[in-house]
Amino acid sequence: MKQKLKSYNAQTYLAYALIAPAALYIVLIVAWPLLETIRLSFTNSSLAGEDYVGFENYKKMLSSKKFNGIITRTFVWMFFSVSLKLIIGLIGAVLLNANLKGRSIFRVLVMPPWVVPIAIGMLGWLWLYNGYFGIIAGVGMRTGILDGPFGFLAYKQSAFISTIIADVWVGTPMVTVFFLAAMQGVPRDLYEAAYCDGASRWDRFFKITLPQITPVIITMSLLSAIWTFNSFEIIWILTEGGPRGATTTLIIDTYKQALGNYKFGRGAARAVVVMILLTLFAGFYLALLARINKKISHE
Amino acid sequence: MNKYNTFEKILIYSGILVFMTFILLPFVEMFYASLRPLDHLFRSPYQFYSDDLSFWAYREMWNTVPMLGRYIFNSFFLATSVAVLTLIFVIPAAYSYARFKFPAKNTSLYVLLAINMFSGAVLLIPLYKVLRTFGLLNSYQAMIVPGVAFLIPTSIWLLKSYFEKIPIDLEEAAFVDGASRVQILRHIIAPLSTPGLVVVGIYAFIGAYAQQFLFAITFNQKKEYMPIPSGLYEFIGYQSVKWNEMMAASLVGIAPVLLVFIFLQKYIVEGLTAGAVKN
Repeated sequence: MKQKLKSYNAQTYLAYALIAPAALYIVLIVAWPLLETIRLSFTNSSLAGEDYVGFENYKKMLSSKKFNGIITRTFVWMFFSVSLKLIIGLIGAVLLNANLKGRSIFRVLVMPPWVVPIAIGMLGWLWLYNGYFGIIAGVGMRTGILDGPFGFLAYKQSAFISTIIADVWVGTPMVTVFFLAAMQGVPRDLYEAAYCDGASRWDRFFKITLPQITPVIITMSLLSAIWTFNSFEIIWILTEGGPRGATTTLIIDTYKQALGNYKFGRGAARAVVVMILLTLFAGFYLALLARINKKISHE
Repeated sequence: MNKYNTFEKILIYSGILVFMTFILLPFVEMFYASLRPLDHLFRSPYQFYSDDLSFWAYREMWNTVPMLGRYIFNSFFLATSVAVLTLIFVIPAAYSYARFKFPAKNTSLYVLLAINMFSGAVLLIPLYKVLRTFGLLNSYQAMIVPGVAFLIPTSIWLLKSYFEKIPIDLEEAAFVDGASRVQILRHIIAPLSTPGLVVVGIYAFIGAYAQQFLFAITFNQKKEYMPIPSGLYEFIGYQSVKWNEMMAASLVGIAPVLLVFIFLQKYIVEGLTAGAVKN
């Protein structure tokens, strides 16, 4: 009987056969294009054809001041967006974790920005940011903060901040929900013991909740950094990377080069930089995950 | 444990109010704008009060953008096809990961996670070439084919965790009693994993509904295949934007996903967070 069972769980050929369709699909639609992107980055590919040009695209890209500016901008944009998502998400999770009436409804109401297609949510933000007729400019004008119409997406600095806020809006629900799930996974007896020892609410949060959910906070910061780095639609719809390049992040620049100017080779070189950075993030993330898993299995 | 006193309650509720305002303001304002006549919207500064709210825009939008119905249908059709195809590819793979031991199992699972981190935007150039080679540009497939690829990794992880919850003893007992693999699949796995399949299917549907924009603007130029997000931009005219109708159409466009989500949110949130929180 044991022999028979062993054969039930160890039929490697069957295991591979079941995975094969999904694996082939990924290879064709994701893995091969990744390799093709690397190849294209060494050519001057355009609609007219392609020739091998060596490191030409990379040399041009790395020596251009504009590109260095884009890299810096990408990380500044990311830093503010991710930090805000984590801070607002943590505060949101603490609020929704409070045992009060209505919390189950609020938990559902947090999710819409994540569920709704970004392209549609951004139409709402376009209206909110409208300089003449939008509610934000309206409140500003009526309270006297603004002395006239103000196009939030029309000026370099305000466009930069406005796209970050819209990105935070899209990303916060996911962070909140993950933090909330983590908080509910903290063993209750820890709190009860602390309560009996006379620990205040504040103490219980900083000495129990926070340390207990730290692994999730770290995981979420990395995941959120990856998602934010990849953020394309939000900026594209709100500003298309403008005004005068003020919101052009690496992803936007890649898209513009490749499909705006049809300079596939130059676009591909930028895509390779994106890939390298993403691989670094992913490496960090997976190493971290492996460490956390190890820790859990040791306990 | 100690209850909250009145002061703490007020503090928490006002915190929730501020938080929820940030999250919901765009939707509330979209809905409000959809009810107001266009000339009220075009007053500066913003007017908080309108006395003639109506659902007029919800009727007029079908005339302004005659293809609107078609776009909504397309969105549904695309999202459903992507979800069904994703399930077809994912079910055997997830089952295999949940049940078998084989070389490179963990490595390949992590590779899947890593793939998840590459956005479609990076792969657009070669994808464009792949689709052109197969003659799939400007068709439904142009949006379905890449859509499925980017939903497979997460769906495998999600469904794997559902399959793992089905006790393997049941299968082993049936196997020892002489049941064939097909019989086991039909009589044990299929009925027990239905809730998991529904959740993963809904996840894929919502994901597919959300991801339509990028692939649609890049791989498809034909109006008759456009999903709703790209169709909405037709409300932007040469002279001015018909904001009220655009907002009305947006809300009609997102209503189905929102409804599906609200009914199944508990399962979706549980499924998604289970992996990250307990793993």
